Amino acid sequence: MQHHISEHIISAKNLSIGYRNGKKPAVIVAKDIDLSITKGQLIAIVGSNGIGKSTLLRTLAGIQSPLNGTIDFLDKPSKSYSPLELASLLSIVLTEAAVSKNLTVLELVSLGRQPYTNWMGSLSDNDNAIILEALEATQLSEIQHKKCFELSDGQLQRVYIARALAQDTPIILLDEPTTHLDLFHKASILKLLKTIAHKKQKTILFSTHEIDLAIQLTDTMIIMTPETTVHNTPCKLIELNIFNSLFPDDFIVFDKITGRFTIK
Amino acid sequence: MIQRKPNTILFLLLGLCLVISFLINLSLGSVTVPFKEIFASLTGGEVLKDSWRYIILDYRLPKALTAIIAGGGLAISGLLMQTLFRNPLAGPFVLGLSSGASLGVALLILGAGVFGGTLGSVLASSWSLVLASALGSFLVLLAVLAVTFKIKDTMAILIIGLMFGSVTAAVVSVLSYFSNAEKLQQFIFWSFGSLGNQSWSGIAILATCFILGVGLSILSAKALNALLLGEQYAKSMGLKLKQKMVLIILATSILAGCITAFAGPIAFVGLAVPHLTRQFVKTSNHFVLIPAVLLVGAILMLLCDSISQVPFTDYTLPINAITSLVGAPVVIWLLVRKRKLFF
Repeated sequence: MQHHISEHIISAKNLSIGYRNGKKPAVIVAKDIDLSITKGQLIAIVGSNGIGKSTLLRTLAGIQSPLNGTIDFLDKPSKSYSPLELASLLSIVLTEAAVSKNLTVLELVSLGRQPYTNWMGSLSDNDNAIILEALEATQLSEIQHKKCFELSDGQLQRVYIARALAQDTPIILLDEPTTHLDLFHKASILKLLKTIAHKKQKTILFSTHEIDLAIQLTDTMIIMTPETTVHNTPCKLIELNIFNSLFPDDFIVFDKITGRFTIK
Repeated sequence: MIQRKPNTILFLLLGLCLVISFLINLSLGSVTVPFKEIFASLTGGEVLKDSWRYIILDYRLPKALTAIIAGGGLAISGLLMQTLFRNPLAGPFVLGLSSGASLGVALLILGAGVFGGTLGSVLASSWSLVLASALGSFLVLLAVLAVTFKIKDTMAILIIGLMFGSVTAAVVSVLSYFSNAEKLQQFIFWSFGSLGNQSWSGIAILATCFILGVGLSILSAKALNALLLGEQYAKSMGLKLKQKMVLIILATSILAGCITAFAGPIAFVGLAVPHLTRQFVKTSNHFVLIPAVLLVGAILMLLCDSISQVPFTDYTLPINAITSLVGAPVVIWLLVRKRKLFF
């Protein structure tokens, strides 16, 4: 699929996100979100627990519908895309999904080609080449025949990322890809994502609690606070002193100079 | 998924096992018929004794075919449910499908006696038995699925399936209490499970449903592969989730429903065979798993039936007891050996 070059690969206007529950009034998790995201960036979504990071990702991914406002991909309303068109536009990485661990690495990554294959899921030479490339980019070639239940959490995370790469979409959305990982693996996953974003010109959004790492590694950050949602570069955000309003209490303070949080 | 790996040898071996167990099944019973005479009867050649030809063609052949269909079909329905519910414990029995089918049949056989005789005798044809049974299992599966949409916890779904089972069992008890002895006996014999005494027209119905169910399963195989990653991933890959889920449920309830209608509620095959098959089929690709599970289920059922005939005696044990006796140790053995079951 050819994507024409656009400044704004994702844009959201006046977006309200949350849950509809039958006849009861909708639960608004966050509102008045305006985003305009350009190509080839690594973007972190940051905010305290329950602020709506995952809800925002799920809404962008089309898993749940927005309560209000619009989302455009490549300047076209997200609703105008068919499920299959959307599948070649954005892929997701979910950490907590109930994935069958009985799949081999290769099988799981190959499933990323589903939007492009026939009813039997037969892989063409082109499909196989893309799968191979995804395995190499995530350094999984050597363990491609292992079953997923034999893998460590860090390896498994790379497998999910490889599957998203195999889906070959300009946008990748990841929900907390660094949970359950130690500092080394957290940093290596984020570095991997940054390499992919820059080398393959993909737009990668991920939610995270690793604010220190995100400040160092991302191009821009989306900060969600109870009052507002701000999108800017880490430097600008530090300048704006936005990190201090992340958490409700004031015993956690952000130090502008070191770029770290300290506890009083 | 991967196609390069040659599964040809595996399928040849399974095919061979199927032929052997088919012949063993035809040969054994209260009267042992030599293999040579079986071939002769099947091909219409000269048979040494006329009674042998009669036994083979009119009794054992329909029974063996029913065994193949029942074993293969239940195994596929178990596989589909394990993937759909992403739960290794799922199967037509555990999720109350067989109970639903029982309820349908109970309402038909026993209810007819309770609510009025004429209606019952009109309805008690093979087709209506199939319909009642398939409808029963379909409704239970639909109810379980409706709950699945609300509750994401798979453990809760299993418990709800068990509850449905208890409720249907209770309704069946109440119906039994008010039924006459003759109807009750008819129902109880049905619930023992039996592969024998099927008419050729019955087998034609069974085979039609079986082919329909297997066809629908194969049509859903790509969706099933995607569902191994969970619903959200499947949806994100462009899968029309609701449409495919309906297809999978339809396939499962047609298979489980029609087989239960004819052969009675047969335990454990649906749960155990997919796990047994995963031991030697090293892929999760449903295009490989579906035919493999079908063959293993058919082989196992033929062997169970051969055992239930208690060779060289006049006894015939209920098939349901044999499948449980074989199936339960298999599941326990797998759990002890691997400590974890996968779907």
